[in-house]
Amino acid sequence: MSEFLSQGGYGAYVWGAYGLTLILLMAEVWQLRRQRRTIFTRLSRMVRLRTRGDQA
Amino acid sequence: MKLFRFSSPASFYPLAGKLIPFFWVLAGLALGIGLYWGLLETPDRLGGTNPQKEYYRIIFIHVPAAWLSMWLYLMLAVWSAIGLVFNTRLSFMMARATAPTGAIFTFLALVTGSIWGHPSWGTWWDWDPRLTSELILFFLYVGYLALNSAIDDHRRGDKASALLAIVGLVMLPIIFWSINCPDPNQCAALHQRSSMSQMEGNILFAMLIMTLGMWMYSFATILTRLRSIILEREGDTTWVKEILEKEA
Repeated sequence: MSEFLSQGGYGAYVWGAYGLTLILLMAEVWQLRRQRRTIFTRLSRMVRLRTRGDQA
Repeated sequence: MKLFRFSSPASFYPLAGKLIPFFWVLAGLALGIGLYWGLLETPDRLGGTNPQKEYYRIIFIHVPAAWLSMWLYLMLAVWSAIGLVFNTRLSFMMARATAPTGAIFTFLALVTGSIWGHPSWGTWWDWDPRLTSELILFFLYVGYLALNSAIDDHRRGDKASALLAIVGLVMLPIIFWSINCPDPNQCAALHQRSSMSQMEGNILFAMLIMTLGMWMYSFATILTRLRSIILEREGDTTWVKEILEKEA
């Protein structure tokens, strides 16, 4: 296991590259979820406002 | 034509929603197999007379990311061109949705290449033709996104940034041929010429399956982003309101 992690002494390079990739891709997915939630909240608030306006 | 039915945002939105889970499953499978194979089933050395040591395993991210950076740029430019020619809203939205994922893969190709360069070439960075042209590709993505969002009227922003994307296409052949420089004295390339037929089978397999996984990942994120863009831009329409009521 430790042999696997050390990658012949180049572990920092290999895991650095893999770790950075993982972090960036996860950040993208997280940002997409947040973007979608924000749009839903804003649009439904607008719809509510407008229907209230119609009734008045 | 049945195909054109899906060229309207209203009909593509639910279709994209159905496709996204499939792309996530395929991405998970391919990336899982690719990581397992690349890290555990590959030899510790790459190449013949002067082999690269274990650090070469960065290849399983670096090469797929670099390929994707170019293919996604081609997609960005093609959607932009279709948008300009046929004036279709969905094409511009596709282009806009593709750019951030493409920029991320370009950045990853640059940074993982830099990490790989330090142990193998003895330097993090060099103004070599391929590195420089890939960096310009990254700036093109950033420029596209900046221009697209800088203009308030998004129809005008779409058209202006589409032009930039199409002009930037010139970088793709430059990146592609930048390691086959005609005169090595003029521009010494750090990347060695590579050929897939000479690669060890397990390394090649892991690299290709990782590429497939990153493609599937890209489709999933691009379609997710596209759906958000559609909602944002079509917020005033009745079909979006129906979706909001359904999900509320």
